[in-house]
Amino acid sequence: MTEAPAGQRDAVVIDGLHVVRRGRDVLPGLSCTVPEGAVTGLLGPSGSGKSTLMRAVVGVQRVAGGRVEVLGEPAGSPSLRDRVGYMTQSPSVYGGITVADNLRFFSRVLGCSADEVDRVLSLVDLDRYAGTPVDHLSGGERSRVSLAIALLGSPRLLVLDEPTVGLDPVLRVRLWDLFARLAEDGTALLVSSHVMDEAQRCDGLLLLRDGALLATDTPAGLLSRTGTTDVEAAFLALVAEAQR
Amino acid sequence: MTGRVTAAVAVRVLTQLRHDRRTMALMLVVPCVLMTLLWWVYSDAGALFDRIGPQLLGVFGFVVMFLVTSITTLGERASGTLERLFTLPMAKLDFLVGYGLAFGLVALLQGTLVAGLSVWLLGLDVEGGMGRLVGVAVLSGLLGTALGLSLSAFAATEFQAVQFMPAFVLPQLLVCGLLVPTHQLPDVLEWVSWVTPLTYAVDAAAQVATHADWTGDLTVDVLVLVGFVVAGLLFGAATLRRRTP
Repeated sequence: MTEAPAGQRDAVVIDGLHVVRRGRDVLPGLSCTVPEGAVTGLLGPSGSGKSTLMRAVVGVQRVAGGRVEVLGEPAGSPSLRDRVGYMTQSPSVYGGITVADNLRFFSRVLGCSADEVDRVLSLVDLDRYAGTPVDHLSGGERSRVSLAIALLGSPRLLVLDEPTVGLDPVLRVRLWDLFARLAEDGTALLVSSHVMDEAQRCDGLLLLRDGALLATDTPAGLLSRTGTTDVEAAFLALVAEAQR
Repeated sequence: MTGRVTAAVAVRVLTQLRHDRRTMALMLVVPCVLMTLLWWVYSDAGALFDRIGPQLLGVFGFVVMFLVTSITTLGERASGTLERLFTLPMAKLDFLVGYGLAFGLVALLQGTLVAGLSVWLLGLDVEGGMGRLVGVAVLSGLLGTALGLSLSAFAATEFQAVQFMPAFVLPQLLVCGLLVPTHQLPDVLEWVSWVTPLTYAVDAAAQVATHADWTGDLTVDVLVLVGFVVAGLLFGAATLRRRTP
């Protein structure tokens, strides 16, 4: 693979994505890109279409039209399955077995080495829970197990659906530090959140409302353009502008 | 489909079962208790236990595996783990065959326990020998697993999945030849019994119990059962969708 400078190539290119769920246009025709070597924040209120967009990127969403290209191939292509890490919104882990058993299973499916299990566990700060059944963990710990699974095998693209929900502030900062480090190494990250103040930690923002993009900008660019001091206010300003 | 991923699924399912002691106990102990109860019920009725016992052995494997499999796979669909697996290098058949292998192994354990108990402790008379009886039990268990995998697609909740028992399994139990030999059933019900899989599991057990030799009927039963297992797995694969609405 030829290595272009990080941040210059697009890991994801979406063009006119149209998704219909239960007779409703959840995404009526969305276009955007997610660059490599950067953290792209997907922000918007609950029900704005964030999860649907992410599902389309990892290739499990049935789409009505448009094009989704991931690492140069159509989303969901078999060759992408060990290059894209996906963390669903509710922790998709097996409750009855231990944290290590969960990770061992997914690492076998991916065909990565046994050391990977220890590596990702320490990345999410869960080493000491390796032998604990997932059922005995708190919701936040469970979601970190789910995140650890997404990190297995160092995928080129990470699609993380609300990875920091319900975490204490210290831990949240640590995870955003981790995301920044991964981006520095060239990974593309698409991270959704409904907490607007997390936007400050992103390199780029996609502001989503009712299935349409309100803005695509850097956090600083967004604030200066709307003349606001925080992303929440910027969001409100953009909504008001759109309705005018 | 790759051996590595299929084995990973089987090992994981077995690990889940190993941690779930109560379910394991239910799967292994309950059939033994039921068989003992049956022996007790028929203790004054002469040869009836020798006729019903082997047939019921096939039914137990089928029912238990059907229930456990349909609930477990429903859990995978509901919890999001199945969706996650579909973003990973896992073929549909890896998933289904992995489950089949794991529950097949449990069926082997269950069949051996119940058959051993029946023959050695309860004095069940099996002309065809223990080995074949266990074989029939395993095949019945695999049948339950394959049908449970397919039917779980049609249940949205565990509550619905449990209702498949009376809706789908009990009618088969009534016409499978356990209560009345199939050739004595009214014509329409006899035809029904030919197309329901449990009939062949029960007949195979009866063949093993009453014939020391491998009979032609037993060959037919085994082939039909294997056919139902394969068809169930393929149908299950068709109900698994990588892309969902």
